[in-house]
Amino acid sequence: MTTLPILSLLLLVPLGAALITTLLPRDNARLVKGWAFGAVAIEFALSLYLLANFAPNTGQMQFVEYAPWVPQIGIAYHVGVDGLSLWLVLLTTFLMLIAIPASFAEINTRVKEYVIFFLILETAMLGVFMALDLFLFYVFWEFSLIPMALIIGIWGHEHRIYAAIKFILFTMTGSLLMLVAILVLYFATGARTFDLLELQKMITPASLQPWLFAAFALAFAVKVPMFPVHTWLPDAHVQAPTAGSIILAGVLLKLGAYGFLRYCLTLFPDAARQFAPVLIVLAIIGIIYGAMVAAVQKDLKALVAYSSVTHMGFIILGVFAFTEQALSGAILQMVNHGISTGALFLLVGILYARRHTRLIADFGGLQKIMPVYAFFLLFVMLSSLGLPGLNGFVGEFLILLGAWQANPIYTVFAASGVVLAAIYLLWAYQRVMQGPVTNEQNRRLPDLSRREFALLLVLAILIVVIGVAPNVLLHPMQASITELLNSTNVAGLLK
Amino acid sequence: MSQFLWLIPALPLLGATINLLIGRRLPRAVSCWLAVAAMAAAFGAAVGAFLELLALPSDAQVIHQTLYQWVTVGKFSVDVGFWLDPLSAIMILVVTLVGTLIHIYAVGYMEHETDYARFFTQMNLFAFMMLMLVLADNYLLMFLGWEGVGLCSYLLIGFYYNRDNTAVGTDEKFLSPRSSGTKAFVVTRIGDFGFTLGIILMFWTFGSLSFGEVFHGAETMFQIGAPIITIMTLLMFLGATGKSAQLPLFVWLPDAMAGPTPVSALIHAATMVTAGVYMIGRSHVLYELAPATMAVVAVVGVLTAFIAATIALTQRDLKRVLAYSTVSQLGYMMLAMGIGAFSAGIFHLMTHAFFKALLFLSAGAVMHAMNDMVDMRRLGGLRKILPITFWTFLIGALALAGFPLFSGFFSKDEILSSAFTSGNVALWVVGVVTALLTAFYIFRAVSLTFGGKPRWKVGEVVTVQGAVASELDAHAAKGLHPHEAKWVMTLPLILLALGALFAGFLGMPAVLGENRLARFLEPVFQHETPHVSAELEWLLIGISAAAALVGIFIALRFYRGDAKTPARLAAYYPSLYKLLLNKYWIDQIYDALIARPGRWLANAFWLELDGKIINGIADGLGNAFRGFGNSLRSLQTGYMRGYALAMLIGVVVVIALLVMR
Repeated sequence: MTTLPILSLLLLVPLGAALITTLLPRDNARLVKGWAFGAVAIEFALSLYLLANFAPNTGQMQFVEYAPWVPQIGIAYHVGVDGLSLWLVLLTTFLMLIAIPASFAEINTRVKEYVIFFLILETAMLGVFMALDLFLFYVFWEFSLIPMALIIGIWGHEHRIYAAIKFILFTMTGSLLMLVAILVLYFATGARTFDLLELQKMITPASLQPWLFAAFALAFAVKVPMFPVHTWLPDAHVQAPTAGSIILAGVLLKLGAYGFLRYCLTLFPDAARQFAPVLIVLAIIGIIYGAMVAAVQKDLKALVAYSSVTHMGFIILGVFAFTEQALSGAILQMVNHGISTGALFLLVGILYARRHTRLIADFGGLQKIMPVYAFFLLFVMLSSLGLPGLNGFVGEFLILLGAWQANPIYTVFAASGVVLAAIYLLWAYQRVMQGPVTNEQNRRLPDLSRREFALLLVLAILIVVIGVAPNVLLHPMQASITELLNSTNVAGLLK
Repeated sequence: MSQFLWLIPALPLLGATINLLIGRRLPRAVSCWLAVAAMAAAFGAAVGAFLELLALPSDAQVIHQTLYQWVTVGKFSVDVGFWLDPLSAIMILVVTLVGTLIHIYAVGYMEHETDYARFFTQMNLFAFMMLMLVLADNYLLMFLGWEGVGLCSYLLIGFYYNRDNTAVGTDEKFLSPRSSGTKAFVVTRIGDFGFTLGIILMFWTFGSLSFGEVFHGAETMFQIGAPIITIMTLLMFLGATGKSAQLPLFVWLPDAMAGPTPVSALIHAATMVTAGVYMIGRSHVLYELAPATMAVVAVVGVLTAFIAATIALTQRDLKRVLAYSTVSQLGYMMLAMGIGAFSAGIFHLMTHAFFKALLFLSAGAVMHAMNDMVDMRRLGGLRKILPITFWTFLIGALALAGFPLFSGFFSKDEILSSAFTSGNVALWVVGVVTALLTAFYIFRAVSLTFGGKPRWKVGEVVTVQGAVASELDAHAAKGLHPHEAKWVMTLPLILLALGALFAGFLGMPAVLGENRLARFLEPVFQHETPHVSAELEWLLIGISAAAALVGIFIALRFYRGDAKTPARLAAYYPSLYKLLLNKYWIDQIYDALIARPGRWLANAFWLELDGKIINGIADGLGNAFRGFGNSLRSLQTGYMRGYALAMLIGVVVVIALLVMR
């Protein structure tokens, strides 16, 4: 173990960098961009330090820092990382490292504000994954909302205001109920503490559990998003700038899935068990519904957005199947989805930057014109549709495997999503990249720039590495998953 | 060698990687021959492994090598490991040998293709995936190869991704290469849906996915007819119907003809479509516990064989005749699996690999000579012009038809004999009828392509089988100087012809010699030769031979000269002719029953449920809020930062209230 307060550093570096950004000259965009890249690179290096010092064989919280904040009412600055959150922290720092340079070409107005919002967002997202105090968690949770809404609303596309308001409306409605639930939990247990680890030891009264669970679940379900509260997502994604979409799909959606895992399962295990079939059915509807709707999209970005609905359905299925394999698969799939869908949004953004359209019908035959781009697009799509040997397969298979133990019917329906994924992705590829060139404007599109190539190469390497050696990621999370299943005893409650 | 089993798949993977990374910058010859060298090296390694396996005592003929743990969660653990036994040894030899010959041929066939690096990358990758499939020591790794060959077929069928049509000089409308590729992937994935579920059920039944543990568990834990094994094997068989193009999922395979011809040979002969047959043979311990599944496999197999053969009778496109022939022959292999004649099925897989690769590559040589024309109504008279191709195609056709002493004769006869002795004579009858049809359709193709007068001269109007071929477009006819191909293409043809001629002698029936192949496979299948009297065996051989000879005879009679008889037949039974010509309308039925309703439903979900209902409720709630906050209307500046600021203030107020409590 180390005495370095690594988590606090991880939380403070982006925030501090955001503060310093305010001092930079407004007219020097290059400097601001370079500075932002440096900041997220340092942050990523710090998270690698975290990874290097992570002890994989314990399910306990590590790197724990505790400082009373408002001791009168039991609020504390309490952070820690375990096997459930480790990879999500790394995913966040990694995707920031991708998202910032991905915006270099696209963003040329209000660069300072843009960078500041992203850096604040990074702190907020990391805070959600690290918080061990419900109040602290809620603060980070809400703070992750504002910068993203601003990023969509200011740097987004034609209907950005509508999308941003919808985003806020949906997520705020959900999280306000969660705030009420947190307060009820605080008073009802009589513990007079917001400390997650303390609260987990109490048994929430059975009469309250369903209500509190529902309130938390609604907040998380909106964020994930689950059917039927998913309709903010296509709008938000389509309107967001590329980097916004990368972070939105890559990290923000995981806040919801992580919330289910960390809060719903541990605080309300009885209700979680009781409600699991409902959530699983919604998740499976999301898998099939999202895939079907994705297939008929005319806008490439909306297609990728709906593909997120189906992928996140798999993850929620994995969470509520309550088995070791399904939970491991769910966490792995959170990372996989972050990488693959992040890459897909990056690729769509590259196309948009060249042609200023996202409509599938405007393209066709691009493989001839942009062969390197074509390679990466197909590669990432294959990862997204779960081709064995690439990352997505391992996560999906573990989820399907684990869900079978809960109920084979779940697996049967969810597995049909795998067929549908092939349809919506390959059909899109066919219409955009193959066939004759139908639009003269497409004839002179340049292939990948060096910067784009480098970003995609890094993502592609990760896709292969996770697909070929997933145990690198799976091993460190095992102890925490066992711990989660034991401590909440949900596994034992399953027959 | 046993420590280097991994080299066999790794060599083609290395070839693919090099060509992917720098192939475009390499000279054409380097890029192409590198791919060939990778395959040839893999063949060398396969031979080495085979010899080592032969040296082992017959009761311990397994070489098992584990590289590392692939996926481990709790008690679920799967390795990356390889398993060489007589069954996988046969498979790797066939894949690497036939694969190498196809690669060599492709060097010549693709000589005008500018995208050669992409082509050979994908060909090598194809071989790698197939070798992973047959060498894997567990079902999940097998599934990696299984999906991998699906990917490569997708890539290579759609190789001419920007063309709408690859056929020349024909009025037939085929699916574009890109649609064919997507179709192949999606249709086979429907099968893989079943295979995935079968694998999952297998894990929860046996607690493992590795061959050794699964088979041991099956033998010790279950009795014949156990329902769970029946379900498991049926799910796995669904996977096999996709990959091995059986009813009802065979529809992707004829469209796979849109790819370059060496690809057709690779998919149809050495790799991919044999995967399902191999998988069932590999899982024979499970299948033998599930007689109900075996019955399904046998019936699906024989029906597929028959139906595909009837479709092949009327096809005008030379490659499509061969495609339906592949479907049909795979049906025979499935029939063999279903009646428990596993080594017979593998035997036919092997002979078929030779003669079908030979037929495809010979057809490719015809296309090469004829500027990509494959409409048989436009061919004819090529026997003198393409003598080598004629002879190699003829040898392939004789082997396919089951002409006595050719390779296909022995393997098909073993399957039919086994069908007869299995007790279900109906299977045998359909099998024999199909054999007759097979001989007929392939010699129809021989006659139309190589016999008679040339029908490819400009401006000439020809009628074959009651249909007028379209006018040759000037472009196709202009540079048409049919000629025999170079040695890189003819040499593989000759070598494959030797295989098609002599491979059959590895598995002769008892009355003629010895079935060496069955004996070699004995450690895997524990093959018991059913006791048949010599008289019965001679009788069955005689009937098989007669079916072949009758079919060949009728075809040669029918298609002599101007082929009036078939035209009259077609006119006499127009609805039957149309049914076969249009492949029983199966594509259209699927489109009407699945694709269209699916698209309609998806659009309804998107536009109605998402667009109107859910968003309607959300907007309604939003408006309600707005009404509630009417007095605060002045704050509604519509400007994003205003909202954000309000939000921020709200959060701060909440925090403050909490803190002050």
